[in-house]
Amino acid sequence: MGKLVDEQGRRVDGRGLNEMRPVKIEVGVLKNADGSAYIEHGKNKIIVAVYGPKEVHPRHLALPDRMFIRCRYHMSPFSVQERKSPQPSRREIELSKVIREALEAAIMIEEYPRTALDIFIEVLESDGGSRGASITAASVALANAGIPMRDMVASCAVGKIDGHIVLDLNDQEDKEGEVDLPVAYMPNLNRITLLQMDGKLLHEEFDRALDLAVHGCEQIYGIQRSALQDYYFKQDR
Amino acid sequence: MSLSRRSFVIERLRKERLLSLLAKGHRLDDRGLLDYRPVKIETNVIDKAEGSAKVDLGDTSVIAGVKVELDRPFKDTPDKGILIVNTEFLPFASPYIEPGPPDENAIELARVVDRGIRESGMVDLSKLAVKPGEQVYAIFADVDVLNIDGNLFDATSYAVVSALATAKIPEYEVDGDGTVKATGNIVQLPITTIPISITAAKIGDYIVFDPTEEEEAVIDTRLTIVFSEDNTLCAIQKGEPGSWTPDEIVNLIGEADGKAREIREIVKRSISP
Repeated sequence: MGKLVDEQGRRVDGRGLNEMRPVKIEVGVLKNADGSAYIEHGKNKIIVAVYGPKEVHPRHLALPDRMFIRCRYHMSPFSVQERKSPQPSRREIELSKVIREALEAAIMIEEYPRTALDIFIEVLESDGGSRGASITAASVALANAGIPMRDMVASCAVGKIDGHIVLDLNDQEDKEGEVDLPVAYMPNLNRITLLQMDGKLLHEEFDRALDLAVHGCEQIYGIQRSALQDYYFKQDR
Repeated sequence: MSLSRRSFVIERLRKERLLSLLAKGHRLDDRGLLDYRPVKIETNVIDKAEGSAKVDLGDTSVIAGVKVELDRPFKDTPDKGILIVNTEFLPFASPYIEPGPPDENAIELARVVDRGIRESGMVDLSKLAVKPGEQVYAIFADVDVLNIDGNLFDATSYAVVSALATAKIPEYEVDGDGTVKATGNIVQLPITTIPISITAAKIGDYIVFDPTEEEEAVIDTRLTIVFSEDNTLCAIQKGEPGSWTPDEIVNLIGEADGKAREIREIVKRSISP
């Protein structure tokens, strides 16, 4: 105990328990995509591109009453300490599914029957909490693509390290800590669209952790908004 | 095998009827909203497996088999045994199965079941390093999905938990000269707790436990929570598009905890010798 949080409540990277890593979002970073975003969340570096709404290929995948959404979460081989094989791992397949579901909750899929939407997420460097940063950036990329949404989806993780409930685990805290609890949240609708947990929490600790995660997502939402405002209102375009 | 993407047109048309039933506190199969279907667990159904269990949750039917071998440990956990959960949708499990490698549904199922069991510490993997750094027990829990009628998460979890809890494995020791050999004794796995998975689904404004296939076709969202015996939650997975309010989740966990205690008793009765 005590190796991830010191007596003063400082974490390995000098942060306080409820403190988020620096987050920077850029909008419209790829020319060819219909929408795109780049996020640096701590040392996570992630590009997200959105293509669509577009025709569905192969055609039999088309849904008569709504948009068909595909999502690929992928980590580059050089994004982690030991080279990751470029083939999608079981973890990446699961994350692609839960990220898609977290975003689909916000997208007005019923407005676009028989169309497809592709969301491509490439983790260039991973630093703990990459699924959250991916959702945060994907939501901005969707806005950049002009996809109608009920709300933005903002995401971050909370966790438990050395017995403390903390916001936004970094790589070391994620690997050596007791609990990782990623959350995605629609701040204006007060709705959770992604919730996963591994590790042990008492009920009371869970309630506190969920509350902290919601506050974290609200901060992320502010950063998403100002990134979009910077792109659309401040630049001379 | 993977599940093909059904259009669920008929089910969607039935959603209205389902909602009107739920408003009166009923479900299509006459259950209450928070009732489980009967849980039937049979253990030691496969002699050649070190542990096995067949679970019927209503018409959902799965069988888990545990096989054990010696293997090299993972590099990052040299002093721990290995536990791997794998699931396979058999081609006859539903009319909507497609051939091919496990799809995202099968992979998510295996990973969520694995997470609940691993994080609960059910199997004390630190006691499964025969010769740390070199030879450890590798526990494979393979699940065959025989018939799909909803809530595969819980059925699969109960099957793997029951198979692990009743598994009998050969004991090994390290000789004076460092070679690993079987002692000839058959021992139990080091089991510390019985984790119980509870799955809830939201349909409109209603929350139901243990959704059937017919209900899963129209649910808005799903939440699986795994409870350990020491009053902790050890894994959570939200699934399906759709969303929960934070209050809904907190209230749901309270309800699910009580249900987990009931089902743990059923599992414990089934695995007791």
